Amino acid sequence: MTETKARTITLHGRTVVGGKASATALVTTQTISGWGGINERDGSVIELHHELNGQSFAGKVLVFPGAKGSSGWSAYFHMCRLNGTAPAAMIFTRMTTKIALGAVVTRVPTVTDLDGDPFELIETGDLVEVDADTGKVTITKSRD
Amino acid sequence: MQLTDTEKAMRDGASGPAVARAMDLLIRYGKALGAERLVETRNVAGAFNASTPSVRDLARQGMDKVFSELNLDSDEEVEVPRMAVPTCQLITGIDMDNHALQGADPELVEMQRQNEKYLGKRGVNMMCTCTPYQVGNVPVKGEHCAWMESSAVIYCNSVLGARTNVEGKESTGAAGLTGRIPYWGLHDPANRRANRLIRVETEVDDMADWGVLGYFTGFEVEENRPAFDGLTHLPDLVKLKHFGAAAASSGGVEMYHMPGITPEAPSMDAAFGGTERPEAIVFDEAAKRRTWARLQNATDRKLDFVMLGCPHNSIEQMSLVAELLEGRKIHPDTALWVHTPRAIRQIADRSGYTDVIRAAGGEVMSDTCPSISRRLPKGVRVIATDSAKQAHYLPAIAKVQGWFGSVRQCVDSAVAGEWLGVVQ
Repeated sequence: MTETKARTITLHGRTVVGGKASATALVTTQTISGWGGINERDGSVIELHHELNGQSFAGKVLVFPGAKGSSGWSAYFHMCRLNGTAPAAMIFTRMTTKIALGAVVTRVPTVTDLDGDPFELIETGDLVEVDADTGKVTITKSRD
Repeated sequence: MQLTDTEKAMRDGASGPAVARAMDLLIRYGKALGAERLVETRNVAGAFNASTPSVRDLARQGMDKVFSELNLDSDEEVEVPRMAVPTCQLITGIDMDNHALQGADPELVEMQRQNEKYLGKRGVNMMCTCTPYQVGNVPVKGEHCAWMESSAVIYCNSVLGARTNVEGKESTGAAGLTGRIPYWGLHDPANRRANRLIRVETEVDDMADWGVLGYFTGFEVEENRPAFDGLTHLPDLVKLKHFGAAAASSGGVEMYHMPGITPEAPSMDAAFGGTERPEAIVFDEAAKRRTWARLQNATDRKLDFVMLGCPHNSIEQMSLVAELLEGRKIHPDTALWVHTPRAIRQIADRSGYTDVIRAAGGEVMSDTCPSISRRLPKGVRVIATDSAKQAHYLPAIAKVQGWFGSVRQCVDSAVAGEWLGVVQ
């Protein structure tokens, strides 16, 4: 992890799905359900009591622990890609078959196993550049 | 990732474009997991059906397009050949006999009918149930499987001692065509040992008790692998089916051990594989009462709908429902749907159980359930169910109030038209 000018942070992790994307972050420390947990038409989280309830991850860098719930997880994120409502990139911390397959079929740059805690270092609204080909994540803080 | 010569040939197109796309997906998926290799499987249970509005546009381009996109993650439309290994269809969205009762759009019914024919021609066995292990798909101990459906996965691993992760639509499509799945997670014996301990200090006997213990377990251990100490009653298929479905709903449990009962745990030591036992999580009378209360998401006692059969009922459960309804009439303001696999429905029909249930005013449904289909009788506000899993999902999905109780409480309440269960 390197920090420059206190406003840009660089992390390194493992490639799950390659590619590059840059967008503002949407961060949650709660796992997300696919089937029954999101609306694939607008990319919003619909699970009752979820801290992101009503918010859409479409076009955002989604920072979250990973997947939970039904085995329909990948199918729902797959549908998001077809509908143009998928996240721009994903950063997650807990590997499961649901998130791995889900990331693969969503086909967005995805990294895991970062060398710093993404929930400590990334806040919703930060600009995050994900270079999943090399595993590099560059965070530009939206506020000090 | 290491591939065998056969796998490399499949990737390079030796078995045709569909198998090449399937192998490409498995390689991308395996790499994402960090898997070192694939493993052979001859037992696939997946979701290949086309029965939802979101599939309609793809289905207009043909069923090969649906399978290519949704089951192989392939942009290119490929001609899908016969499955390479035994493959079955899990639960679907439409009951092909009772779609009118469900209120299903006739266009979607026709789409599912076409899709069933398409899949059958390709060797997909149309079991159409969340419980393939109740209708003939019973893998042996140690068998590598590629299954979807959380309640089936936990049963497959824990009760049968077969090995599967929670797979998805795309990975099961690819597995059916190649007979391969990434060797990762629960395929590796090292990842199957218990790492949590639950001590039961209260009676767990009837099906509702087992559902409550499962619901408690999921909240307590999340995605870990619990072993159980202190069980006083031997469970059966139905009780373990309910227990596992509940644990996989409140948490993400895919594997558990009950020493002396489940096949990979002849003893508590074997369950933990020689590793140190963690401190016990206690399930006592207070925990049971608390969990029971957590399953009640209703306040109104006037009951509109009773849902039985989640996971799908066994023939013994169908017999019990018929026995409980014999000579009685369900309240005119309350609907009762009993769900069972279509194969078991045949036996229920022949045994006269379906007639008894229908004479009382109930319906026997197959192929689907209200949570999956998102279809309930019109105007339902308050439901009751004997399933912890359905009590967990249906109120959120259908925006209804939900009561949970024993099958007897559910049937008696359907007759009374109001919830008679105990509110603990």
